[in-house]
Amino acid sequence: MTRPRLPLLRLALSLPMLAFGVSTEARAQDVRMGSKSFTESYVLGEVAVRALENANVPASHRQGMGGTIILWQALTGGGIHAYPDYTGTIGEQILGTESRLSREQMRDSLAGRGIGMTRPLGFDNTYALVMTRERARELGVEAISHLREHPDLTVGLTHEFMERRDGWRPLARHYGLAMEEVRGLEHALAYPALLRGDIDVMDAYSTDAKLEELDLVALADDASFFPRYEAVFLYRLDLDPAVVRVLQGLAGTLDRRTMVHMNAVAERTGSYEAAAGVYFGEEDVEGKQWRRVTGRILGWTLRHLQLVAVSLLLAILLGVPLGIRAARPGLLSQLILGGTGVIYTIPSLALLAVLVAVPFLGISTATAIVALFLYSLLPIVRNTATGLRSIPVEIRESAAALGLEPRARLWKVLLPLASPTLLAGIKTSAVINIATATLAALIGVGGLGEPILSGINLNDAGVILQGALPAALLALLVQGLFDALERWVVPRGLRL
Amino acid sequence: MIRLTDVSVRFGDLVALDDVDLGVEEGDTTVLIGPSGCGKSTLLRVVVGLVEPSAGKVTVEGEPVTPDTLLPLRRRMGYVIQEGGLFPHLSARRNVTLMARHLRWPARRREERLEELCELTHFPRDGLDRYPGELSGGQQQRVGLMRALMLDPRVLLLDEPLGALDPLVRRGLQDELREIFGRLNKTVLLVTHDLAEAAWLAHRIVLMREGRVVQEGTLADLKERPAHPFVPDFMAAQRSPVEI
Repeated sequence: MTRPRLPLLRLALSLPMLAFGVSTEARAQDVRMGSKSFTESYVLGEVAVRALENANVPASHRQGMGGTIILWQALTGGGIHAYPDYTGTIGEQILGTESRLSREQMRDSLAGRGIGMTRPLGFDNTYALVMTRERARELGVEAISHLREHPDLTVGLTHEFMERRDGWRPLARHYGLAMEEVRGLEHALAYPALLRGDIDVMDAYSTDAKLEELDLVALADDASFFPRYEAVFLYRLDLDPAVVRVLQGLAGTLDRRTMVHMNAVAERTGSYEAAAGVYFGEEDVEGKQWRRVTGRILGWTLRHLQLVAVSLLLAILLGVPLGIRAARPGLLSQLILGGTGVIYTIPSLALLAVLVAVPFLGISTATAIVALFLYSLLPIVRNTATGLRSIPVEIRESAAALGLEPRARLWKVLLPLASPTLLAGIKTSAVINIATATLAALIGVGGLGEPILSGINLNDAGVILQGALPAALLALLVQGLFDALERWVVPRGLRL
Repeated sequence: MIRLTDVSVRFGDLVALDDVDLGVEEGDTTVLIGPSGCGKSTLLRVVVGLVEPSAGKVTVEGEPVTPDTLLPLRRRMGYVIQEGGLFPHLSARRNVTLMARHLRWPARRREERLEELCELTHFPRDGLDRYPGELSGGQQQRVGLMRALMLDPRVLLLDEPLGALDPLVRRGLQDELREIFGRLNKTVLLVTHDLAEAAWLAHRIVLMREGRVVQEGTLADLKERPAHPFVPDFMAAQRSPVEI
């Protein structure tokens, strides 16, 4: 007899092999630099990391973690040590003051929260409302106040700008604007919408490379609404003074023209390293790019697999016992099935946001794994319960009447009989997990979502595909792997 | 050997067994018979502990059947149901030896016992590596019987063991069962709804109706000294081909 003896034990043993023991968590002494999810922030983060590395300080970059609130929480929580921001944002959004603070007042106020602020880097990136040159000329609009004459225009704004204290609502009040069509849009998607004419006005930054590239005009802030947005680095005050000196060394070295150029290089090459290279005087970095792409895709893929494997393994370890319990009739079973079902209905972005607010999770790999784990539970729990419930009563009773203990009944009879359904549940979980894991990039823990997210920011389909294609292939591969596993694990008697 | 004292089983409003008293002597073959829903299967399931009585007491070899004594008692009883109740994921061999393996019998002892059982039940040895889905109904029933007999229990409980078989196979297996019961000298409690089968296999017949025992005795007792008007009615309802 060479048939599988303990099919489920085999299944249990074969899964950890997927979970590579590698941890890409930054080493303790690394300086963890964060950045927001737009090109300029990525580039500034990259510049800082390069500057630190040039000063022999080990540093890592958590790219594109999200908006101001997430970065600020990560900074105060210790998830990251520093990140680039703008004085306007700090005053309005972080300190939440109505009055315009001087830099000194801002510095004092931040120090009270354990955070330091470097001197300005040298350029001002204020918010602006922009239109296509053609449309602006057609309507005769040159300044924001001219919009008052055109309440029928459609405005597309980033969600952040819509909610900011110095954002759309106060701006509209300040200028007496009365547009009815105001839509929230992902910034990168707003440009094509503007060019197509779906929207007439959008918000943008004054250093945005797109302004020149797409021939857009920034409307004059003729009633001086916007505060100043000088770029600075925020850092934890408990950071090594040597590290702070490096960040301070960047102050006053970056003018607006250099920043616009770096943004343009980033958009053209799809590489933030290449853009940061401009600052360090490397103009010919674009050629090296292609050789690095393969290596990077491999890195993202491994990271992705790691997130999937760990969360899936945890989901199996908890989901199968929960499913076994839920196979019995009763209130508790209803609660288990209902509870895992409810988790499934929470939008992934909302779930991430909730988990990020949990003190000991924050912006970390653990958060991504917990979220993926929660999403993976439902198919495993439900299929385990269904598989067990559908076993005919005569089989259950025969197992009992033989004199097998309940545990032996479960392992020798019930679970092997439920194994095809159980395995199908794990397969579903794995595929969903691979797709969902791309969202991990939203909180800066990497994986194949990273190129997808940067690609959306760069408006570059090629970069998006660097993440989307491997993710799709991975899903197919895992599906095939489970089909093979099924042949090995499911007893032959059940495949007749 | 098996003793039921004032046993009642209720499922909600439904009374499956109503105050039943019954004793089965060691080495006897007792057949429970009666119309569908008379409680004969429930009685068997009470003995093997699949159904807990609402009232009364059940003992096997003098030991009360309770949740605590259930496991060792079940290992001293063999239980066979219609269509065998075989585990579809295990081969015939694995089905039969499952308990022996669980109890860590040495391989040699297992093989010897398997050999004896194949011979006893006329099961072909080359069928042992087949899965239940690959066996005929009669052969599945033989495997079910071997599985019940593997640990050499002193009590054998059979619930409509031949119920799902076609008449020819059934007839052959009735002969074999009779031979097997005769050779093994076990205490047998068998459920059927077929009077001829009961008469052929039983030392004693127990006729049941609506959860109660109507009469127990030999076929001759039931025929000649009916204890209740239902007895001749039931006997008459079983049409023999000769009458047609």
